[in-house]
Amino acid sequence: MRKYFVPLAAVATAMFLYAPIMIAQAPYESTMGLVQKIFYYHAPSGMVMLVSAIVCGVASAIYLWRGTPAADRVAMAAAELTALFGLIVIVTGPLWARKAWGIWWDWEPRLTMSFVGWLISVSYLFVRKYAGPGSDKLGAALAIFGSVNVPFIYVSVNVWRTMHPKTTVVPSLQPGMRGPFWFSFLALLLLYLLLMTARVHLERQRTALDELYLAEEDAS
Amino acid sequence: MIRRLLTMTLTAALTAAPALAAQPPAGQSEFVPISQLPPADQLPAAPLLVGAYAFIWLAVMFYLWSIWQRLNKVETEMRALAQKTARR
Repeated sequence: MRKYFVPLAAVATAMFLYAPIMIAQAPYESTMGLVQKIFYYHAPSGMVMLVSAIVCGVASAIYLWRGTPAADRVAMAAAELTALFGLIVIVTGPLWARKAWGIWWDWEPRLTMSFVGWLISVSYLFVRKYAGPGSDKLGAALAIFGSVNVPFIYVSVNVWRTMHPKTTVVPSLQPGMRGPFWFSFLALLLLYLLLMTARVHLERQRTALDELYLAEEDAS
Repeated sequence: MIRRLLTMTLTAALTAAPALAAQPPAGQSEFVPISQLPPADQLPAAPLLVGAYAFIWLAVMFYLWSIWQRLNKVETEMRALAQKTARR
């Protein structure tokens, strides 16, 4: 992956520079107008957030059952990225809602459950940083709960009465909107993979540093 | 009897009048596109859109910078430790 990191980072940057041009050229949604264009980053960020929460949960489960250190590193990186993409979703959503709904926020199922999902990822990070010995296992259990929350976030708009657009919006996008949407999603997914690689590398280096300190202590 | 009825009607009318006056205007019966709303009800969309995109860029850039900072710190510490060990 290290060999492909720089070329892929260049591709991701190019995609991010080109995405706004594609989005600007996409047709206007008839009722919401210009503000609907927030959707092209808001919804894919939400999708990446959910993917990341699942990655974090699966990696944590592997770590709990098998004790694989690599799985713990992936879980740690995925939790941080869930918090990052969750923050993007939570900030860009209200900017759209203020114009489309007339309010910044409403405690309806989709918004509340997304907020809870984001809080779980942030609490995982707090646990890992401040809970002391055993925080890896405690955090892993928390991450599994976080991933269990994901299907509920996804179906919440279809099952409960909610103001939020339903999941059928994406499959029913008109052709002019479909291209920019999936292009933005791919750009964000590529960015996610690159950030994940960089963050896992950081965690690996931290482990190597800890081992160096232990070796140093043994030698002295 | 008639006088009592008139008094009751007048009292009811006077009591109900402020309550009726304070009622919100009747809700619209059908969907109104944003473009057809009165100017006072319209919000400019551009600052919200620009704000959303700027936030995404800033958040990603800040996160990249934070990874780079943390990685630098760890690698500097590793180099210092390796030098210390080599000196022995």
